Amino acid sequence: MSATTEAGARPSAMAAALKDAAITALVALGLFVPIVGLRTDVSPSGTLMLRQRWGDVAILVAIAFAGRLALLAWRAFRGDAKPASAAHAETMRKAGRTVAPILLGLAIVLPFIPGTGRYELDLGILVLTYVMLGWGLNIVVGLAGLLDLGYVAFYAVGAYSYALLATTFGLSFWVCLPLAGILAAFWGILLGFPVLRLRGDYLAIVTLAFGEIIRVVLINWASLTGGPNGITGIPRPSFFGLTFSAGGGPGSFADFFGIEPSPTHRVVFLYYLILALALLTNWISIRLRRQPLGRAWEALREDEIACRALGINVTTTKLTAFALGAMFAGFAGSFFATRQGFISPESFTFIESAIILAIVVLGGMGSQIGIALAALVMIGGFEVFRDLDEWRMLVFGGAMVLIMVVRPRGLVGHRTPTVALRERRSIGAEHVAEGHG
Amino acid sequence: MAYALQQLINGISLGMIYGLIAVGYTMVYGIIGMINFAHGDIFMIGAFVALISVVMLVSGGIMDGPAAILIVLLASMAVTALYGWTVERVAYRPLRGSFRLAPLISAIGMSIVLQNYVQVAQGARVKPIEPLLPGGVTVLHIDSFVVQFSYMQMLIIAVTLGVLAVFTWLVTRTPLGRAMRACEQDRRMASLLGIDTDRTISLTFVIGAALAAVAGTMYLLRYGVIDFYIGFLAGVKAFTAAVLGGIGSLPGAVLGGLLIGLIETFWSAYFSVQYKDVAAFSILAIVLIFMPTGLLGRAEVEKV
Repeated sequence: MSATTEAGARPSAMAAALKDAAITALVALGLFVPIVGLRTDVSPSGTLMLRQRWGDVAILVAIAFAGRLALLAWRAFRGDAKPASAAHAETMRKAGRTVAPILLGLAIVLPFIPGTGRYELDLGILVLTYVMLGWGLNIVVGLAGLLDLGYVAFYAVGAYSYALLATTFGLSFWVCLPLAGILAAFWGILLGFPVLRLRGDYLAIVTLAFGEIIRVVLINWASLTGGPNGITGIPRPSFFGLTFSAGGGPGSFADFFGIEPSPTHRVVFLYYLILALALLTNWISIRLRRQPLGRAWEALREDEIACRALGINVTTTKLTAFALGAMFAGFAGSFFATRQGFISPESFTFIESAIILAIVVLGGMGSQIGIALAALVMIGGFEVFRDLDEWRMLVFGGAMVLIMVVRPRGLVGHRTPTVALRERRSIGAEHVAEGHG
Repeated sequence: MAYALQQLINGISLGMIYGLIAVGYTMVYGIIGMINFAHGDIFMIGAFVALISVVMLVSGGIMDGPAAILIVLLASMAVTALYGWTVERVAYRPLRGSFRLAPLISAIGMSIVLQNYVQVAQGARVKPIEPLLPGGVTVLHIDSFVVQFSYMQMLIIAVTLGVLAVFTWLVTRTPLGRAMRACEQDRRMASLLGIDTDRTISLTFVIGAALAAVAGTMYLLRYGVIDFYIGFLAGVKAFTAAVLGGIGSLPGAVLGGLLIGLIETFWSAYFSVQYKDVAAFSILAIVLIFMPTGLLGRAEVEKV
């Protein structure tokens, strides 16, 4: 090719990029003029009036223009995208092997690291709760390939089970914990039995509807659940019968061990409690993956028709995944209730389900360490942006879209089937197809 | 009797709104096989654009009455269609050919974005407007109970039927409609035969969003209050309607919408208002268990 065509191509590419960006800016103008440019406010007389904000529109349109131009430039600079190679997956797997023990070690010693105060521990508890929920949902979504959009319903069942059993019958946390898990699993079976024969998308929407039903019932059945006000005064857990009271006193944790009473003890205890529960979830799901049941889950995720041809009882297999996932959500729920001491339907909205699902997906669906990292990044990120209240969710949603567009296989994850013939091959999340029953 | 008649009128006008949203769900599901989770929020955007236009026209004293409603409707359709197009372009098109859950998760993200975007831009407070078309016709007068058929409800039914007629013509009689149906049956084959599938899918989103905008405008004019959160519940119910009617079937979506509207209205009238959503969702579960293809849907052939 001669130099003239080269020189000729450059300005025309430039012009095309500019034109493209100009169109983007025009679209942005159309999008932002009504919604951002004209804000409706309630005027003193009670009617609505418009406040004009053209400056904001101009800024947004300029951002759209510059962003599109930058994107085009980056694409031209980068050339064609390379598909993620198997070698990359292998490196990730090796990295995962070293990162996991480090993270676990950090999690264990966190309360004793100097400078760790109440705030850090509370954040740690929050992150670990989501790690546990992520691992629980991973059984359903990552292993069995069933899309559950109403996972928070089981979390709510667990929380309310504990709260009601404890406040009504005075049962202790340690009795209620398994009961809450069983109740949540029972609800999982009850819901799953009729709907698990359905195709994946339908399952998603039925679980979503179920999540909403539970929330509506919790709000309206005020005589039992306290309605929108929730349940207060939920008892705190004890350490083998020793209570954590700030003032110490006979029968308290501090008194028994002869140490200075401190409110931190309870927080540290709660921290280790959720760490243990999360590790239990992790341990059980890793163990189950090697069992025939777990293999059936993974086989189901890969190809449901083949499974049925091989004589796997598809409904029972799905049901166990659903029930186990629900059970862990129930455990997490009763932990949540005992930690907060107060629960209300506010805590169990659809957005919670979306956050947990996002953690599982960003973690790479099926990768245990990926989910832990995703929970850390996401909940930690939420905490960092706490002051930007409304903007925080906007950024969260935007990040969800962006990550799906840029790295649909999740940020960290790559999972391998637990049992495979001859060689282990990496499976990206793109192989996950929902059941077509 | 009179009470039931009143509920029938209310139920049909509500059902028309659900039906319009459901058409958008069922079209997108038919053509690319994904649940467009953000569609409920597109409906909400439509309602907000209508709100802003109403405030601009009526409170600004520029126009009033039916002419204003027409302009509000057109403005809302135009802007919302642009939103529908952008959402598809930004969040779904790059994911075509990706694994099955990816577009759904992207759609959930988009739904969160749209809700919070409107919350940030327009504020979280409920927005009330004055009724544009007050009054109505008394249909029946039994004892002390008056059955009212308000002008607004008449307008909703008339506009919905008109829009659906145009839409049916578009799908069955025009080249675009043919292309859409071809993409629905077999996208790869359609593209081999020279159909620009990307463009067809974009236009599907545009049409779906415009229909949702009509629904949003009607919702605003009928109920007079909106907030940034109305899209979620309306979206889930409209999806229920689409499933009930048989997903992928356009007449089914409207039929499903009407049924959901009627069930919800009668349930609130005779049983309890608080549990009306539970009723609608329970119907969804029951239909899926006993009639997984919906009322007018066709059974999917399973190929290995």
